[in-house]
Amino acid sequence: MVFALALVLVVVGSVLFHILSPWWWTQIASNWTYIDGTLVITFWITGAVFAAVVLFMAYCVWKFRHRPGNKADYEPENKRLEWWLTIATAVGVTALLVPGLFVWKQFVDVPEDAVEVEVVAQQWQWNYRLPGADGKLGTSDSRLISPENPLGVNPEDPAGQDDVIVEADDLHLPIDKPVKMLLRSIDVLHNFYVPEFRAKMDMVPGSVTYFWFTPTRTGTFEVLCAELCGSGHGFMRGIVMIDTEEDYAAWLGEQQTFAEISAEQQTGQLDTDDVEAAKSGPGGVAN
Amino acid sequence: MVDVTPGAVAPVPPAEVPEVELYHPHSWWTKYVFSQDAKVIAIQYSGTAIAIGLVALVLSWLMRLQLGFPGTFDFITPEAYYQFITMHGMIMVIYLLTALFLGGFGNYLIPLMVGARDMVFPYVNMLSYWIYLLAVLVLVASFFVPGGPTGGGWTLYPPQIILSGTPGGQGAGIILMLVSLILFIIGFTMGGLNYVVTVLQGRTRGMTLMRMPLTVWGIFTATVMALLAFPALFVACVMMLFDRLLGTSFFMPALVEMGEQLSYGGGSPILFQHLFWFFGHPEVYIVALPAFGIVSDLISTHARKNIFGYRMMVWAIVAIGALSFIVWAHHMYVSGMHPYFGFFFATTTLIIAIPTAIKVYNWVLTLWRGDIHLTIPMLFALAFIVTFVNGGLTGLFLGNVVVDVPLSDTMFVVAHFHMVMGVAPILVIFGAIYHWYPKITGRMLDETMGQLHFWITFIGAYAIFFPMHYVGLVGVPRRYPDISGTAFIPESVSTLNAFITVAALIVGFAQMVFLFNLFWSLRFGREAGGNPWRATTLEWQTPETPPAHGNFGKELPIVYRWAYDYSVPGAKEDFLAQNDPGGPRAAASA
Repeated sequence: MVFALALVLVVVGSVLFHILSPWWWTQIASNWTYIDGTLVITFWITGAVFAAVVLFMAYCVWKFRHRPGNKADYEPENKRLEWWLTIATAVGVTALLVPGLFVWKQFVDVPEDAVEVEVVAQQWQWNYRLPGADGKLGTSDSRLISPENPLGVNPEDPAGQDDVIVEADDLHLPIDKPVKMLLRSIDVLHNFYVPEFRAKMDMVPGSVTYFWFTPTRTGTFEVLCAELCGSGHGFMRGIVMIDTEEDYAAWLGEQQTFAEISAEQQTGQLDTDDVEAAKSGPGGVAN
Repeated sequence: MVDVTPGAVAPVPPAEVPEVELYHPHSWWTKYVFSQDAKVIAIQYSGTAIAIGLVALVLSWLMRLQLGFPGTFDFITPEAYYQFITMHGMIMVIYLLTALFLGGFGNYLIPLMVGARDMVFPYVNMLSYWIYLLAVLVLVASFFVPGGPTGGGWTLYPPQIILSGTPGGQGAGIILMLVSLILFIIGFTMGGLNYVVTVLQGRTRGMTLMRMPLTVWGIFTATVMALLAFPALFVACVMMLFDRLLGTSFFMPALVEMGEQLSYGGGSPILFQHLFWFFGHPEVYIVALPAFGIVSDLISTHARKNIFGYRMMVWAIVAIGALSFIVWAHHMYVSGMHPYFGFFFATTTLIIAIPTAIKVYNWVLTLWRGDIHLTIPMLFALAFIVTFVNGGLTGLFLGNVVVDVPLSDTMFVVAHFHMVMGVAPILVIFGAIYHWYPKITGRMLDETMGQLHFWITFIGAYAIFFPMHYVGLVGVPRRYPDISGTAFIPESVSTLNAFITVAALIVGFAQMVFLFNLFWSLRFGREAGGNPWRATTLEWQTPETPPAHGNFGKELPIVYRWAYDYSVPGAKEDFLAQNDPGGPRAAASA
């Protein structure tokens, strides 16, 4: 009796917790409302199944509790019932899977007009590279990384000369323009995670991964690393600011290109503080 | 009498394997320490697993203290926190759950339930335990080396796991972890071959495969899976050991660490993830299938009713076992593997929900029109269904590739896998111990302490992990020792975290009641007799309790029926033991 009641309370408590919970996802700031939609569908279907199974159990535990003289039925199988349950489950699973795969297709296919932005992660900071006037990112190689070239941009590649380098600073993006985030790591696994964008992806040294999204509201958003990357993992934070078109243009105008940074270093005009900052860590040795 | 064995089967086929002489111990040492008796080995395995499990329990308290009250405990640095979570995870999954289900319950129950005198290779079985013990000792040793144990997460992802930014990465911590895993797998393979061959070759006369208790089916299928899955982890560990010690680059691309170019190049970090999860996903079911089997038997026995849909249950176990080998990359949706893999793995993952759901339906349908005795084992079995259904359903969120994207690497994942492969199987372990303790010791566990233990554990564990899903839904990432001061996380999350920590401490201390009960009842427990639950399976029909060496006295039992003849119409009692030749069977065939 007590146990049957406890089962009912587990269901009621879980549903109430869900309804009354102040803990819900952040206000979305990207185009991925479909992801939120599939999540809500999943909550409804799974919630209904959970309540049905546990309440049925509670009923059985109460109704068929042992009393003197009781005897259980003997019913090894019921093929019809078993098949109906199997089919009903298959239908429920399909109802979850089909919309999920439909949205995944959109997630995988990057729109033609998406602008490429590169994120370069290292223990434990975020760097960025934006294509310059030519709209193309130059090639890169982690073997080229040195204190003077912290992102390993290929100096021989003309496409890379006008790339905008943002080192250990905030990233700005314009609103309503699709972006393809190219993700690169120079040391260990990281993951570029902004909860409000919904999308995230690991960054793997030795390869370039990606995801795309369209920012839909302006504001300041916190970037967290979502793949364990060593003892500083919990402190690997950054900022992405979604700007209006004008603010974005103003910010972009203040940034330095790869060619400008290289020229400054060759003529020795860079002051020493910046050189220290440019080094990715103590004991940095170029090969 | 309904015989669910498909087709006509001779009631008692001839013995396939002749009796062999057992090894007889000559001294106290060979009887209790270097024993070749599967029952003694089972107790050795279980004792060792529970002991190391207590270490993992203490580690979980430490990490919960940090999460609930960040900044209060100075000795929990981020490095220490990462070491705690890594060791907690690895101990629980491998050294506790796998060892206890297969080495503990497998050793004790397989020979008794299939009507064998012992495992078929007793000497190898003994070696299996001692190698397991060595693996545990090597693992424990890593707490005492300079730099401490590895803190790279239980998933051991390279490159960070062997680099200096990770605790233990450049020290001995990671080396000892890998060596310990390699030893564990060697030891497990010895035991695993035993369980498989014993089930296939050691069954007594009449014990057809389709008459075996589901406990044996669960452990058997899990062992076959483990024998196929562990080699992937084994090679991954060896390759990583080479990367760390010999400078090979299996998993290491060219990289720059803290401004310094390392000499590695050309390796693939994702290759490790594929190997790890090719092992790691079947591992979930290696733990779950024995639990499925045991819980089926507990529910049937204590509801006095045959398990509903036995054949479907067997096929579901086999189907889950097979499917679980083609779903591994659902752990890697945001790993940077080719995104088209997402379509395939989401589909296979959701398909596996179907046989799993069938098992749940058949458990609850077994209750329908039963005669339910809410004994302590039954309470744990029913609580398992609640937590397993809950955790299984959140698996539909994470398995469905696009829904996984926002939730991956958040506390939602932590809540999910604790509910489904932490709480659920451990509830079964408790149920199983309350159920079989009388056979193992001859005495019942104390009922009052059992009630206290059950209620705190069930309600407490649910209170820990159900709200944790919502912490993840907010977006709180896992493996963060301190999330205060993050703009998108409201202050109320800290309150919730403190609540979860308090619940975790209470549940943890409730386990001391259980441990005390284990020792107290050994001496003061009520005498159990041979078959206190009035169960059908062979382990309850032994001439002596606890069963002697050789299990069944002079003659092995002959099996006439399946394991679920409860409340058979026309039978005198509400159960017919598997070796009971009389009753309706005789009447029906007359």
